[in-house]
Amino acid sequence: MSARFAPGDRVRVREWFPPGHIRTPYYVRGKRGEIERICGRFNNPERLAYGRADDPKVLYRVRFAQTEVWGRAERPSDTIDIEIYEHWLEPDK
Amino acid sequence: MSDDHDHPHHPEHHLPSSYHEKLTAAVIELLAEKNVLPSEKVTAAIDIMDSRGPNLGAKVVARAWVDPEFKKRLSADGTKACAELGIDVGSLKLVVVENTPQAHNVIVCTLCSCYPKMLLGIPPAWYKSKAYRSRTAREPRKVLHEFGLHVNDGVAVRVHDSTADMRYLVLPMRPSGTEGWSEDKLAELVTRDSMIGVAQANEPIAI
Amino acid sequence: MDSHPRGMHDLGGEPAGEIDRAEHQNDFWEQRVDALMRALGTLDPPLVRTDELRRAIEGIGADAYDSMSYYERWIAAITEVLLEKGVISVNELSGKIAEIEKREAE
Repeated sequence: MSARFAPGDRVRVREWFPPGHIRTPYYVRGKRGEIERICGRFNNPERLAYGRADDPKVLYRVRFAQTEVWGRAERPSDTIDIEIYEHWLEPDK
Repeated sequence: MSDDHDHPHHPEHHLPSSYHEKLTAAVIELLAEKNVLPSEKVTAAIDIMDSRGPNLGAKVVARAWVDPEFKKRLSADGTKACAELGIDVGSLKLVVVENTPQAHNVIVCTLCSCYPKMLLGIPPAWYKSKAYRSRTAREPRKVLHEFGLHVNDGVAVRVHDSTADMRYLVLPMRPSGTEGWSEDKLAELVTRDSMIGVAQANEPIAI
Repeated sequence: MDSHPRGMHDLGGEPAGEIDRAEHQNDFWEQRVDALMRALGTLDPPLVRTDELRRAIEGIGADAYDSMSYYERWIAAITEVLLEKGVISVNELSGKIAEIEKREAE
């Protein structure tokens, strides 16, 4: 499995709003986080949803600070981890 | 979760069916008539789900409490570790997140209601509710407070949004005062809610 | 106001009231819907995949999404996917529902 990112890498979720079935929550688009782990390779839900199991993607768990996601947080220490497919991530430079 | 293995509301003895109830029956019957899906497969799937409940997750947690090596394997690959205990979770890809004195974990699915059914059974209604799905991502401490769980300021709250292929189980902290307890006895302290992360494991006094 | 379209199922961070924590026992027909979906997934290839179910639920319309119960949404979505794939037809479904109503009336 050739993964573009490794645990600890800083990434940014694409600020992308395509139509269709999508598993990247609205609230995290455009936000910056860190790869927590690589989950493996899974068929792309954006194709599976229409009956096509032919487009495997690497899936990551990405950890975001609550302050980054919402602009505020109940406590600065708090985080949210979200599973995100590779084609939704870009390096955060 | 009921311990009653009989189906509580069998269609033979209740009110006329709702539209969706009839639709369900119609689809199942048509698929059987067309030899697409024998109705026994549906019945078998009901039986499998009836055999799934929080007691399975509790077994996993109790083992992790008494066996640090198992806990390591559980953190590395939840699905494989369940198989060691003879628990077949099917295609479920399990991620176990451990509560510590520094961090408390809580699970939500903001897009639908993903849940480790093969390990915990059917999720509670509140887990599927709009309010839980909307609020837990943004104000987890407030939500936990409503469940009667206060997380201290020094403890980080880690929310896990179960959005894709993995399913999540919280490994709660082992309550103090349980030194020397057997696995079976420990498992009785592990509640469904503690494995979703909206509660701690029960204190020994509660038993 | 969101500047881009957002699915009505995509709820994270939306304002909402108190959580109703009442426990609810599923009816038998709801267990059947859950089991039907599970059984369809065991076919090779799966006849209705989880992502197809989700996509059909997301297409249900915001009013219906709010007014329908969880397993009502599921059976509506399963039916939709089976109709799309031509596994069952509208005509067969309406005939079968009429047959079930007649059976119940007896």
